Amino acid sequence: MKDVAFGQYYPVNSFVHRCDPRLKLFFLVAFIAAIFVANNFWALGACAAVLIAVVALSRVPLGKVLRAIRGVLILVIFSAVISVFFYSGETVYWKYGILCVTREGIFFSVFLIIRLFLLVICSSMLTYTTTPVALTDGIESIFHVHVLALIMSIALRFIPILMDETERIKNAQKARGADFESGNIFKRIKAIVPILIPLILSAFRRADELGDAMDARCYMGGKKRTKYKKLTFSWRDLVAFLTAAALVTGVALLRVYVGGM
Amino acid sequence: MHAIETKDVSFSYEGGGFRIAHLDLTVEEGEFLAVLGHNGSGKSTLARLLNGILVPDSGTIRVFGTPLDDQHLYEVRKQVGVVFQNPDNQTVASIVEDDVAFGAENVGLPREEIAKRVEFALGAVGMLGLRNAVVSRLSGGQKQRVAIAGVLALKPRVMILDESTAMLDPRGRREIVEVVKKLNREEKITVILITHFMEEALLADRAVVMNRGEIALTDTPAGIFARHEELLTYNLALPRIGVIAKKLTEGGLRVRDTLDPEQLAEDIARSVRR
Repeated sequence: MKDVAFGQYYPVNSFVHRCDPRLKLFFLVAFIAAIFVANNFWALGACAAVLIAVVALSRVPLGKVLRAIRGVLILVIFSAVISVFFYSGETVYWKYGILCVTREGIFFSVFLIIRLFLLVICSSMLTYTTTPVALTDGIESIFHVHVLALIMSIALRFIPILMDETERIKNAQKARGADFESGNIFKRIKAIVPILIPLILSAFRRADELGDAMDARCYMGGKKRTKYKKLTFSWRDLVAFLTAAALVTGVALLRVYVGGM
Repeated sequence: MHAIETKDVSFSYEGGGFRIAHLDLTVEEGEFLAVLGHNGSGKSTLARLLNGILVPDSGTIRVFGTPLDDQHLYEVRKQVGVVFQNPDNQTVASIVEDDVAFGAENVGLPREEIAKRVEFALGAVGMLGLRNAVVSRLSGGQKQRVAIAGVLALKPRVMILDESTAMLDPRGRREIVEVVKKLNREEKITVILITHFMEEALLADRAVVMNRGEIALTDTPAGIFARHEELLTYNLALPRIGVIAKKLTEGGLRVRDTLDPEQLAEDIARSVRR
């Protein structure tokens, strides 16, 4: 539970982990664009090949990568089934009322499945290989906002603390005979109130003390602040950039010269 | 030059009575001062006044001759670091070295300088090996050492520890006290140790007892502990070793008033043999 601060981050040292978070964000955007520009299997295959290379380079175990798919599996199957039955096309295999199965429909839903899987895997690769703090640092540096990374950093720092606190309060209330497990939904929600109120009070008290401690360490807003860990682009980022650029261009060319299926 | 000099400083919280009343306190450069007092004696308020988190209603505070006012606030804050009581409520980052860098980042130091200071501060508290550790997984003593390092990264000349050992176990307490003693000796940092553990005050050059926002006693730690009855009226309990020595004297054994267990053992042995 104490690892919440790192979200899904998978801590190994790899090519992908060491890429600049800004570049990883750019790569993700470019990749999503490529997925949706791709309208034939060649182009989609190219996207898949690039993503497989990224996964291999990241040294994140395949099981973990596939687990990301599991969460959206039902959604993907549902949308695929819907599009098989409602997509209208010329080569009709089966028809019943407004439902029809066409060659184009089947192609479309296979496409949809692959697109969604690629999308989900690529975005989770970002969170597997980048800590939340690095990610906000990147966003902060792209959009030139100053307090964002600090807010993120403090929020992440206090999640495990407040979770411990919740547990403590819950036990204290249980010791006084509070019942959190039985009764209907309304009863249970009402039972949360005696946990919530002390928790919020304590959070405010902590915030107050943290404010004093930050003041004592000369915090005076973002203007003069410098950064200990500065983001710098390296050759890895150039490689990643060129790959993303090549992918988008390649997919666009395939769309123009080969066309849809 | 005095490290800290307060003249006739008074402070009260809104609606409350005086928390600090007409306080005159001088701390010399390089001194190790212990501030003792029961809850509500005003000792924590003092810590917050000395680096400008609270502003006195009247009186002046000078730090190395610089008056503590709006104009010199950050100049003073750079020189006077405060380590607070709760280790969890003073870290802003999840990773040790990121948190230590926070203060140095705030004052806009160049990156190479920040790196140097992080290295120095972590070395001084013996946490270099854990620079990439996750703060929430550390022990209380380790967290508090990180907090000390975070203050050290600003290279302060005065360090105030506001009950920084109160929430720690005995081992963590020992860790912190040792680090502080070392900083005082080796880095020549002036230390103001605010505590209600009287044993800790023994390490100091001088101790003051606060009561109702005033300084009730000033003496060497041993001198203060010798005044048992007076301490009780300020709601302060003697260290156990002192109580034992006192009881033995009352029981007719001839032992000196001491807080040193070795010395007490010697005295007991001598008077029993006789």
